[in-house]
Amino acid sequence: MTAPLLDIKDLRLGVAVNRSTVHPLLKGISFQIMPGEAYGLVGESGSGKSVTSLAVMGLLKKPLTVSGGEILFKGQNLLALPKREMRRLRGNRIAMIFQEPMTALNPLSTVGRQIAEMFVLHQGKSWGEAEKLAVEALGNVRVPNPDRRAKNYPHQMSGGLRQRVMIAMALACDPDLLIADEPTTALDVTVQAEVLRLIKELCAARGTAVLFISHDLGVIASVCQRVGVMYSGCLVEENDTRALFDNPRHEYTRGLLGALPRLGSRSEHGRQRLVDIDSIIADRSKLTETRFIAPRGPEGSQP
Amino acid sequence: MTAPLLQVDDLHVRFPISGGGLLGAGKRTLHAVNGISFELAKGECLSIVGESGCGKSTTALSILGLQEPSEGMIRYRGQPLAGPGAPGRMQRAKAVQMVFQDPYASLNPRQSVHTSLAAPLRLHGVTAASEIEGRIEAMLRNVGLTPEQAKRYPHEFSGGQRQRIGIARALILEPEIVLLDEPVSALDVSIRAQIINLLLDLQEKLGLSYLMISHDLSVVEHMSDRVLVMYFGEVVEEGGWRDIFEAPAHPYTRRLIAAIPDPAAALNPVERQDRVDNVPLLAGRRFVSDGSTSPDVFTAPVPSELVEIAGNHKVRLASA
Repeated sequence: MTAPLLDIKDLRLGVAVNRSTVHPLLKGISFQIMPGEAYGLVGESGSGKSVTSLAVMGLLKKPLTVSGGEILFKGQNLLALPKREMRRLRGNRIAMIFQEPMTALNPLSTVGRQIAEMFVLHQGKSWGEAEKLAVEALGNVRVPNPDRRAKNYPHQMSGGLRQRVMIAMALACDPDLLIADEPTTALDVTVQAEVLRLIKELCAARGTAVLFISHDLGVIASVCQRVGVMYSGCLVEENDTRALFDNPRHEYTRGLLGALPRLGSRSEHGRQRLVDIDSIIADRSKLTETRFIAPRGPEGSQP
Repeated sequence: MTAPLLQVDDLHVRFPISGGGLLGAGKRTLHAVNGISFELAKGECLSIVGESGCGKSTTALSILGLQEPSEGMIRYRGQPLAGPGAPGRMQRAKAVQMVFQDPYASLNPRQSVHTSLAAPLRLHGVTAASEIEGRIEAMLRNVGLTPEQAKRYPHEFSGGQRQRIGIARALILEPEIVLLDEPVSALDVSIRAQIINLLLDLQEKLGLSYLMISHDLSVVEHMSDRVLVMYFGEVVEEGGWRDIFEAPAHPYTRRLIAAIPDPAAALNPVERQDRVDNVPLLAGRRFVSDGSTSPDVFTAPVPSELVEIAGNHKVRLASA
């Protein structure tokens, strides 16, 4: 069996309210991502999915503090890594795309130069060489007229194109792990479909593993092979995507799936009332005390 | 036949765009809405779907009276709602109200829920304190809040509760038509389900007519009776929800439906293909645009017409 690329073990973190008390945000979550695998974290606002990704990227700032656990990337604990080492890894071996490309891109620099910077910083290329590579990278994410577009500033591009630039930047150094935090939430549905297809195809072709974070079960289902469902700082259920959607076993997962208007269900079964999670789960605070549900199966992958 | 509740006839909205040149040089006209016509019947939910910039919000603003149409008529119960002879703001407020996408941005942070709900009643001549209290209490119960919560301010509520307040505020004057502008797209999945259920319950209980603007087709399929698909200022397809979702005819509608990230569809892509491809052929007629290239918004659109292909199911084809 191959070693996992990312192995998060009992990660606990919280926000320091004052000197003595820490409000917990992650109450001990564990999951693994295999090389080349697309893993989805799904959950509602405040469930802790974004803070998990920030912890992996080493981007936690005060008052967020890790209080326990390990984040092993290729066997190396990222939490114990010196800042300088982490900087070398970030953007190079682990890259990230964000929800809003306009705030993530530098408005004062052309997109070509921003992509080229990746090659200069991480691969020691000269600027001239790097800018050629940047045009190539734009072509790879199917931006039309890449040589002309490389000279554009972010504000001259549409939301979909900007997100492609982000993807080009993230994949510039062929990272082992791509973290995508709600990358398509701000986009129109048809653009979203194109961007999702692009992420899926590029990562599959290069063997890049993906940690995909979204509140949208449909988006997760179309990209990921395995899914973890987060609720209130806990991973409540984890399974292969198909198994999770066909046979959800945790009551929260069942509630979440029932709350979703499904395409085509009205013509098959008539209009059915959507499930109100609060009515089937009388006390939400008790929910996370129930045990974590891991997939059954011959592999017996542990929680 | 009685007049429909709301009738929009050949609505055009154009915006002058300054070219930045001297003495108006380079002035252009942006064609935002190009000849939209539809009717809304009592108790019906009609949805307008389309992507950003297709003109769906401009259409809504025209109906609310916040955007003067360049051409065309909007009638409410046979009476004009825009242009000469249109009623003032006060009468209009009793006919049409709007529920906004982001309730936090649309509620006044300095007003308690009670103040927000009482102000429109007072403006519309309800002076008796007992009646105001009674109506606010009944409305809060209708939207699933408790009368005690009226003393609180918007920041004290969760996102779902705020949207309930937004709905209460829209309904307090008992309008017949409620414009829902992306009413659930800012909400989490579990809250979204609660608000959708609430909107459907209220529609049945109060006999409301909804005009919903949305890009979320799974919500549209769940809630609507009829659907208009808009693309660059024009209706490219309209029909009952079954026509649109089971037999979409226009390539753009098909593209929109195929783009929805739906778990079942993502896991069983073959099944969905069958559903979408099962469409009668439109022999001899071509589509003006298949929705894959953007038309120029600064020129008037190519002449085309909405052709009825089945009972009340229309699709836009190039003029013969």
